Amino acid sequence: MIQSQANISKDFIKGIWKENPVFVQVLGMCPVLAVSNTALNALSMGLATAFVLVMSNSMISGLRKVIPKQVRIASYILIIATFVTVADYAIQAISVSLHKSLGAFISLIVVNCLILSRAEAFASSHTVFRSALDGLGMGLGFALGLFCLGVFREILGNGSLFGYQILPGSFQPWIIMILPAGGFFTLAILLMFIASFKMKTLSK
Amino acid sequence: MVKVDQSKQEENKMLVAMTLIGGICAFFIVSAYLLTLPRIEKLKLQARQAAIYRVLPEAAEIQSFTKNKEGIYTISEDLKNEESIVAGYDESGKLVGVAAIANAKGYADNIKVLYGYSMENQSIIGIYVLESKETPGLGDRIEKDSAFQANFNSLNVYLDSITLLPLHPISVVKKGTKKNNWEIDAITGATISSRAIGDALLHESKVRIPIIFSQSHNFKKP
Repeated sequence: MIQSQANISKDFIKGIWKENPVFVQVLGMCPVLAVSNTALNALSMGLATAFVLVMSNSMISGLRKVIPKQVRIASYILIIATFVTVADYAIQAISVSLHKSLGAFISLIVVNCLILSRAEAFASSHTVFRSALDGLGMGLGFALGLFCLGVFREILGNGSLFGYQILPGSFQPWIIMILPAGGFFTLAILLMFIASFKMKTLSK
Repeated sequence: MVKVDQSKQEENKMLVAMTLIGGICAFFIVSAYLLTLPRIEKLKLQARQAAIYRVLPEAAEIQSFTKNKEGIYTISEDLKNEESIVAGYDESGKLVGVAAIANAKGYADNIKVLYGYSMENQSIIGIYVLESKETPGLGDRIEKDSAFQANFNSLNVYLDSITLLPLHPISVVKKGTKKNNWEIDAITGATISSRAIGDALLHESKVRIPIIFSQSHNFKKP
């Protein structure tokens, strides 16, 4: 029992830190670089991806005994695309302007390799509950990664956070930070810090 | 013989599984669509209405018009149609202007801009960018830059009384060199985006504004 409890918390925690999709696995970089220009965009993109991950992981795990091996990838993509469409409608119903600023990247969640990799590597061989937890952990880890980038880029590129001005008016925004190039810079800097942190803990 | 049967069986299994998953997925998509549709429509309509009231600041009430087969604008309820022209009336029912959508070729993609036109003053009285993918921080200032927006509070489109073509074509000039009120001060660092808006309005002033102007009486409150 203790063993299984430890497993359960591990299923959830590993996605947030040890196997973080953005900083450790470096998966699904397309939305990470493209829509992390403001904290709000990054957070909503992360949460939408997390929703798709939890739902698709649960459904794939629930149907894992029904899906024949030969057509599993087609089935996974079908299931993932379904929940992406649901998320797309939901975001539109929450805010039209948010939907506009995320643009095509909502539909592109379908081809986010993180989701397919979790389906293949975890959901297809674990119970529904554990798969949902895995999806939640990975999804929140992804959202956290995106959010870090979004906060960093919005503050430097626009002087604001969630649309509220936080830096003094005399601050000249670094426009490059909200352009695509800024996404690469920020990601590189964050990856560098995390790598150096890991090296330190390893050498201890 | 047994082998053939087996592969046939597997094939059937695949077919059944895919059909089953397809069915479940279709159910999810259709329910999500039906559940969110009323709210999405409502939000879109609200956004469109808010934009119209922004470009027609004096309006208290609006009514949309579409062109019939003879090219005459008649009342319709089709506010979402992009070809529609929306007339705005103040509290006393007087026509304060009309709003229409212009399309421009921007730096990144098409820009869709809603503009308000007043027949009484023969000028554009406001613009609102509905859709644009211009570069963040540079080109997208056409949406927010207040100095740029101020160009359109009263942009003259005087039409020649005989040819119905603009007497002074709208032109975009370098920032700070605007002398006449048919000129638009461009945004420094966003020349292409500024010019795109100018060109779109110039096109409208040659094509649609003459029609609107000559049909002014059609837009009066019925």
